[in-house]
Amino acid sequence: MSETRQITLTVNNKTYTETVPVRVTLADFLRHQLCLTGTHLGCEHGVCGACTILFDGHSARSCLMLAVQTDGHEIVTIEGIAPDDKTLHPLQEAFRDNHGLQCGFCTPGILTTLIELLRDNPSPTEEEVRIAISGNLCRCTGYQNIVVAALDAAARLRAQKPVP
Amino acid sequence: MKPPDFSYHDPRTTADAVGLLSSLENAKLLAGGQSLMPMLNMRFVLPDHVIDLNRVEGLNYINARGDTLEIGAMTRQRDIEFSDIVKKKCPLMREAITQVGHRQTRNRGTIGGSLCHLDPSAELVSVAAALDAKIAVIGKTGTRSIDFKDFPVAYMTPAIELDEMLTAISLPCWPARHGYAFVEFARRHGDFAIVSAAALIEEDAGGKVTRASVTLGGIGPAPVRAYDVERALIGEKIEEKRVAEICETLRTLDAVDDIHAPASYRQQLATVLPRRALLKAHQRFIGAAA
Repeated sequence: MSETRQITLTVNNKTYTETVPVRVTLADFLRHQLCLTGTHLGCEHGVCGACTILFDGHSARSCLMLAVQTDGHEIVTIEGIAPDDKTLHPLQEAFRDNHGLQCGFCTPGILTTLIELLRDNPSPTEEEVRIAISGNLCRCTGYQNIVVAALDAAARLRAQKPVP
Repeated sequence: MKPPDFSYHDPRTTADAVGLLSSLENAKLLAGGQSLMPMLNMRFVLPDHVIDLNRVEGLNYINARGDTLEIGAMTRQRDIEFSDIVKKKCPLMREAITQVGHRQTRNRGTIGGSLCHLDPSAELVSVAAALDAKIAVIGKTGTRSIDFKDFPVAYMTPAIELDEMLTAISLPCWPARHGYAFVEFARRHGDFAIVSAAALIEEDAGGKVTRASVTLGGIGPAPVRAYDVERALIGEKIEEKRVAEICETLRTLDAVDDIHAPASYRQQLATVLPRRALLKAHQRFIGAAA
């Protein structure tokens, strides 16, 4: 029998109290127990970046954390970035408009990574965007349209929040 | 690709962590998880107990004490990257850490975890070698300090006993005016370096080198301090031809031969990267480069 623990955490502004086996990764907990399957698992050893989530506001690979470690913490997944069910986040709009994805497998990890980048650096250069997503593998797009979409999203977000 | 079964412990104090470590059989310490978690997922390690240090108080700090920078073992790489004290007192560390993994891994990864994992290409391990760091460890019988040159005992094996844990690293800083550079060759940004070079220099009023530190990472099982090169640089002016001659002697170093690069390729990099690092360090010393 696996050892279990009860944890209380916030995911996408909703509080959950759950019992988890201690060996379960955060990624598997989100997908299997909370049924938030937007977080994708590619390599499961911290290389591909598909499972990136925000842990207390900072991007992290959910395959490299245990669910039990999130007790008392706040997680945001790809399901939590849009303002509501009918409205896309400007980052999502920019990716749709610029063909920033083909199969979409890597997209959740790239968007959560870029949420942190654009929050900390609203006007990134192309090089800064490329460095930011250097830990996210995409096998479809060759990254060109991802970078274009990220820069477009930055412009849209800047327009949303006029500089005082 | 799922972690094996284990018992989980999350102590709140260093004393409790050490107590667990010395009383439990086959226990592993979990720091930032950026090395241990992949190894658990792939079942390269099968611990009976995982002792999570993430809730231990008092291991996450960056303190400047005189000429020494002391960094707690559980300090996140991200906190080092964005620390003003580190940037001011130890710019080599700041330059190296931006090349460690990616934002997502630096947000979790810790300096103590990186040092204990002791990957031969790890940037933080090379910085520790370049600065003659001291490693503080605690065990059931008390604390001790290990000079970094005695820290790696074999491939990915630090000189820490099974019932000890690393608590802090002390970095002796160079004077406010010094030249520094950390350069590496990797296939992708954020990958482990195939070879890296760290250089630190001081020069006199006439432009002659009075003190030098040159470290190569990725060449052997642990970082290599190029003491012969450091000695040869004393009294020399940093100009490309002379530095290239001195660095050419590094071609005879024993180098690892693996899937990423043959030994001869690493030996070639061992002559090129220290030269680039020294020239960049010199540019910074004279204020000609940021």
